[in-house]
Amino acid sequence: MRDDVLELLWEGLRQTLYMLVWSSLFAIIIGLILGIALVVTEKGNILEARLIHKVVSLMINGIRSIPFIILIVLLLPVARWVIGTTLGPTAAIVSLSIGAAPFLGRIVESALKEVALGKIEAAKSFGASPLQIIFRVLIPEALPALVRSLTIAVIAITELTAVAGAIGAGGLGSLAIRFGYQRFREDIMFATVITIILLVQFIQWTGDYISRSISRKRYKLE
Amino acid sequence: MIVIHDLSKTYKTANDTFKALNGLSLTIERGDIFGIIGFSGAGKSTLVRCMNRLEEPDKGSVRIGNTVITDLNERQLRKARQKIGMIFQSFNLFDGKTVFHNVAFPLRVSGYDKATIRRRVKEVLEMVQLSDKENAYPSQLSGGQKQRVGIARALVNEPDVLLCDEATSSLDPQTTYSILELLQEINRKLNLTIVLITHELDVLQHICKNVAVIEQGKIVENGTVDQFFLAPESDTARRFVHIVERYRQKRNVLEGAGAGI
Repeated sequence: MRDDVLELLWEGLRQTLYMLVWSSLFAIIIGLILGIALVVTEKGNILEARLIHKVVSLMINGIRSIPFIILIVLLLPVARWVIGTTLGPTAAIVSLSIGAAPFLGRIVESALKEVALGKIEAAKSFGASPLQIIFRVLIPEALPALVRSLTIAVIAITELTAVAGAIGAGGLGSLAIRFGYQRFREDIMFATVITIILLVQFIQWTGDYISRSISRKRYKLE
Repeated sequence: MIVIHDLSKTYKTANDTFKALNGLSLTIERGDIFGIIGFSGAGKSTLVRCMNRLEEPDKGSVRIGNTVITDLNERQLRKARQKIGMIFQSFNLFDGKTVFHNVAFPLRVSGYDKATIRRRVKEVLEMVQLSDKENAYPSQLSGGQKQRVGIARALVNEPDVLLCDEATSSLDPQTTYSILELLQEINRKLNLTIVLITHELDVLQHICKNVAVIEQGKIVENGTVDQFFLAPESDTARRFVHIVERYRQKRNVLEGAGAGI
């Protein structure tokens, strides 16, 4: 019995990590684009465009108001269109990426907003273009806050992979439901929960470590 | 030479409008250290920010050398800004970059090669006496050192004009003097035109050659610094100089009483 638990756990963890890595990657890319768009199109910023700002903002709010489990169902046709199936971890990556991106957009926005406007003005006064300001000022200056925010997001995506597991995505969430819940295998349930806790802990530590080492270099903090 | 003609800028809030600049005209000679003084809200900061269009004026023109700044499109403006250095009250250094990379920033965005950047950055850091701080981050510097980095960063592209927006207002008197002396030295060495926004008489008296007094978005007095102190004409100028005058009287009284100051 011990053996099959470990085997199932390993399989579940692998699938969870697979979903986590890819959907985090896509969600972070989309989220960065959304967050940057929100900040730079805001009133008084480098590419002020109030209409775009409003549209992006509404879109984000719209998707964020849909409960994730419903969003997955809504996005099933998209998953089928992109990768040809609605089952398994790969299909879930589509829903996870799209579902998490708006949340990421918002936290990227708030991290970037911490950069003092004066720094952006200084860059402008030296003749920097909007793109140069985004990539050489805005993102580098916000980096410690960005890393902290992205850590929160990756942990949120970990939770979402478990939710996705409930409707056929595989991974640790699916394991907990199929064995722990439906077959009363408390040992599997327990092992799954411990694994998820360790995983989340590991992500948090990594994020903290990166963020702290950037800050320590910049501010000589202890 | 800087020629500002009929410059206006109005700020609109939900239920109020504020005329920061109201048809302001001003000429600043090449190589001058020109002070613009006024009380808070007089429009002095808006004026200097309109000179490189960090603030877009509603009306009027700004010409620097042969370039009419107010006629440029975005791309031309960016090019022109490379020749207009600016320093700020809050320094606005990039916390995530070392002193070297802060100073290198204007050159990098202008697309210079690495060797040129190295050479120029080293030169200006030497000029502001911060060669030993090349690898420090801004958080490790004192206020005066930060402003020196600001000055180095503003000068690295060899501008014709240096705009100073309350550049010494957050520094203590001693540091202020050392920054002012540095600016004076740079003015002499590079024949750079310096425009200085301030509300501190000390700054005027210490380095400026000419001064304009701004009041409600207009220049109300314009002349040499001596004229400003000896024969102030405008209300604002009198109120500024009055403070100095009162202290001189007080001193006379105390000396008369044998207080021995």
